[in-house]
Amino acid sequence: MSTTTPSTQVVTGTEAAKVTGRRGRAPLSEGAKAERRLGWMLCAPAVIVMIAVTAYPVIYAIYLSLQRYNLELPQQIKFVGFSNYGAVLSSPYWWSALEVTLIITVFSVSISLVLGMLLAQILHRTLFFRGTVRTTSLIPYGIVTVAAAYGWQYAWTPSQGYLSAAFNNTAALTNQVEAVIVIIIAEIWKTTPFMGLLLLAGLSLVPEDLQKAAKVDGATAWQRFTRITLPLMKPAILVALLFRTLDSFRIFDNIFILTQGANGTGSVSVLGYDNLFNALNLGIGSTISILIFICVAIIAFIFIRGFGTAAPGTNLGGR
Amino acid sequence: MAVTTTPRQKVGWTTANFVVIVLALFPVVWLLSLSFKTPTAVLDPSILPAQWTGSNYAGILTNYQFIRPLINSIGIDLIATLISVVLASMAAYAIARLRFPGKSVLIGMALLIAMFPLIALVTPMFTIERALGLFNTWPGLIIPYVAFGLPLGIYTLSAFFREIPWELEKAAKVDGATPFQAFMKVIAPLAAPGMVTTAILVFMACWNDFLLAISFTSTTASRTAPAAMEYFSGGSVFTVPTGPIAAAACFITIPIIIFVLFFQRRIVAGLTSGAVKG
Repeated sequence: MSTTTPSTQVVTGTEAAKVTGRRGRAPLSEGAKAERRLGWMLCAPAVIVMIAVTAYPVIYAIYLSLQRYNLELPQQIKFVGFSNYGAVLSSPYWWSALEVTLIITVFSVSISLVLGMLLAQILHRTLFFRGTVRTTSLIPYGIVTVAAAYGWQYAWTPSQGYLSAAFNNTAALTNQVEAVIVIIIAEIWKTTPFMGLLLLAGLSLVPEDLQKAAKVDGATAWQRFTRITLPLMKPAILVALLFRTLDSFRIFDNIFILTQGANGTGSVSVLGYDNLFNALNLGIGSTISILIFICVAIIAFIFIRGFGTAAPGTNLGGR
Repeated sequence: MAVTTTPRQKVGWTTANFVVIVLALFPVVWLLSLSFKTPTAVLDPSILPAQWTGSNYAGILTNYQFIRPLINSIGIDLIATLISVVLASMAAYAIARLRFPGKSVLIGMALLIAMFPLIALVTPMFTIERALGLFNTWPGLIIPYVAFGLPLGIYTLSAFFREIPWELEKAAKVDGATPFQAFMKVIAPLAAPGMVTTAILVFMACWNDFLLAISFTSTTASRTAPAAMEYFSGGSVFTVPTGPIAAAACFITIPIIIFVLFFQRRIVAGLTSGAVKG
């Protein structure tokens, strides 16, 4: 490892680029040009993969969504304009799936925000077994969603599960409202640690001196929390909310294992999946995909514009 | 850090800690206990098995329907992680250190993909993969995993790379190190922790995937472990394979537990670096 090898070139290349990487737009020096080229070259593979796997299929999905395209009826493939959109948007299945998805999203995100805030406070204040608490709370985050979902499913199976037994041997998963509640609980259990850790990072940015000063001035713990901690944590909260909301809106794994979307518990993702793999209808499936994509874009837009969230990473470039 | 702690507060926080630990672990303990129950005792809602048995584990570990998907999972996820981390490192290095137009476009794109609804990909990708012969193959899963590992990798790594004191590289060269030595002995050790953290996060994300795994596979040739569980069968057609599924669920949780136990600090740092400092 002590002799020079071919990689010298790369290193000197970046070194040269760095030296000449000054501010100012004026005529690009050789170094600045080299830096640009190197930057593009380094990013190119990542960009190509990301575009190939996302942008291209989305465009293709738009195309598919304008076709009548059922894998079982290959002779009948034909361009039908927006009639698939009409069919989906006038279907009660779409609206009920959207409603279930939104209910799950709103409840699981808001409850896990509150619990995550508590968890962050606990992790922040704890002196003893800080590591233990952090480690254990990472387990729900890390566990494979499907694995955990089986655990919840069995726990709620009558005459088999402890939770069902605790609630009068209820068959919660066969009833729409109860099943949705179970799904929400499973989501909250899984995602609260992530929320808590993001909020903890935000919490550690709140200066302790400010808290002390407010305490001296006679502010109660609640006042300190609402007047100092919360406003200072706003960016962290909004980022955590944005991530969690979009993630929750895409819910699939938990529902698929817990109820398979039966009894009106399917989310929009489950509906899209069913249309592809049970109905083999690529046209309708793609239409649902595009509609979900639009919903996600709307949610992201509301967060970024409406709440003024700096999209995570937006100031990465302007360091 | 508590400013002042009275004994009463200490008791309060300790209780709170205890509650957190119980809530976080209880569902896992239940699953674990289920995996040690005998086939008949599975129908007994008690929390601990009356009689412990390892037969569920023995069963799944000799069952090709689980072993092959397990190998698929490990292989596919390791390859996808490796490729993601290499490609993301290159991009993150450029983002953290170089000046070039299009940087913010790249960051925005990574963000968009991080928020991407996976289901929107499933229908078109399914068609594309069948046309290209990628359906039900390892690359058929590796490629989308890399694509979705990249945004996570780019965010986490560029946050890490920005913290590296790159001047040290120059200092080492002033001290007479060759550029390669400066890179290997100074920069690489500083960059390694960030890359390990990123690799763990990407691997965990791939390991967790279920939607793509059930959509783009059809046989044990490429089906991954989380997707394989629903194909388990019980002792007879009439028995639900609760025990084997619980055992498999616990088994695929082992790598997560190992990561969490050994890399807890790094995982937390990695998870929050991209999102909060960003």
